[in-house]
Amino acid sequence: MEKYLKAVKLTDKVYWVGAVDWNMRYFHGYTTERGTTYNAYLVMDEKITLIDTVKKGFKDELMARISSVVDPSKIEYIISNHAEMDHSGCLPEVIEEVKPAKVYASKNGKKNLCDQLGEMDIEVVRTGDSITLGNNKFFFIECPMLHWPDSMLSFLDQEKVLFSQDAFGMHLAGTKIFADQYDPNVIEWESKKYYANILMPYAPRVIKLLDEIPKLGLDIDLIASDHGPLWRKDINYILDMYREWSIMPPRKCALVFYDTMWGSTENMAYSIADGLRDAGIDTEVACLQNVDRSNIITKIQDAGVIAVGSSTINNNYLPTMADVLSYSKGLKPKNKIGMAFGSYGWSGESIKNIAAELEEMKVELVEDNYVVKYVPTKEQLEDGYNRGMRLGKTLLERIAAFEAN
Amino acid sequence: MKKYVCDLCGYVYDPAIGDPENGIEPGTSFEDLPDDWVCPECGAGKEDFSPVD
Repeated sequence: MEKYLKAVKLTDKVYWVGAVDWNMRYFHGYTTERGTTYNAYLVMDEKITLIDTVKKGFKDELMARISSVVDPSKIEYIISNHAEMDHSGCLPEVIEEVKPAKVYASKNGKKNLCDQLGEMDIEVVRTGDSITLGNNKFFFIECPMLHWPDSMLSFLDQEKVLFSQDAFGMHLAGTKIFADQYDPNVIEWESKKYYANILMPYAPRVIKLLDEIPKLGLDIDLIASDHGPLWRKDINYILDMYREWSIMPPRKCALVFYDTMWGSTENMAYSIADGLRDAGIDTEVACLQNVDRSNIITKIQDAGVIAVGSSTINNNYLPTMADVLSYSKGLKPKNKIGMAFGSYGWSGESIKNIAAELEEMKVELVEDNYVVKYVPTKEQLEDGYNRGMRLGKTLLERIAAFEAN
Repeated sequence: MKKYVCDLCGYVYDPAIGDPENGIEPGTSFEDLPDDWVCPECGAGKEDFSPVD
């Protein structure tokens, strides 16, 4: 089917030519309620250059947007900053159609692109390398494991654009191009959700990169990532947020999440939450029947306390809990205190199994397991409230200690 | 000789295998790897590795 689409001009020579995936809701386990974009960029210098491509199936959208600026066959260079399929899936087709003089990627980029998509003629660039397009020069900065081994940043010096691949991105489909054109609460939530789900395990690398960027002396006017809106007025905001999220200091927030069979574990969750609230902690309760793993980990990002509960079924926790614990453990949250809780009928393994998982996740269990047989009594719920209160007080002490250091 | 795991990507350096593609002979202990050796999977430095228990 024919496409009639337009590029968006970003600077004198740089255009956004990506694709908008309004319908994307499930991104390898991450719920993308607001859809996403696959950003690709065109630099109209003497050597016309395309930065990244889009997911397979969106090639026509990319080519239509490029064609609104220039005949795609005039593209001389393609730079692949990130080898993941949502940015490289149609690279072989684009190479076939455009026949660029050169395709550039990092060493791991070349390897990962060829491993996934078949052999391609790719020239390897390293940190410190540059290529001249005419008026502009491109500088390359490898940033392995942010968030794939191949990840690389490219800086276009005269246009002052840092192409950051997935770093500083978010899943947010829209017709607006800059983050400052959206509701700031949406931007904060979606960029935090992206960080928590994609970059959290690489926090030490993020901090290293944030320390390196100023030393490189780049004069950045625009950060253009591979997903969602771009950063111009708020570059320092997103860099500061990335530092904050990477350090993950304990905050005055708590998350009580659980799944329940007949309401007892839920009832326990509510008492814990009231205790936390009355200790002055901003507390949220989430039932895993309604809140998925990617939203839970986003809330864990901020929570100083996590209280985690499940009834016992088949000698273990409920399957929703297995899902969330496995996913969250892999993302390596830190600086959390917590407690395991739940009701059971006979064997009761769920609570100690949750506790074991939380310990593996390096959550410090400052309360022993809160366990109830079948249905909690008023006294047992009072115990839950008091535990919540103590968890809250311990968190306040931890925050003070963290700040004192 | 101890194996070491890359904290970033999970690659395991096994001294018995070495890293022949990057000029590291089998039988080279992790400690004897040159300082500028990097994880062949993700490019992490030696400081990003932990001993495997």
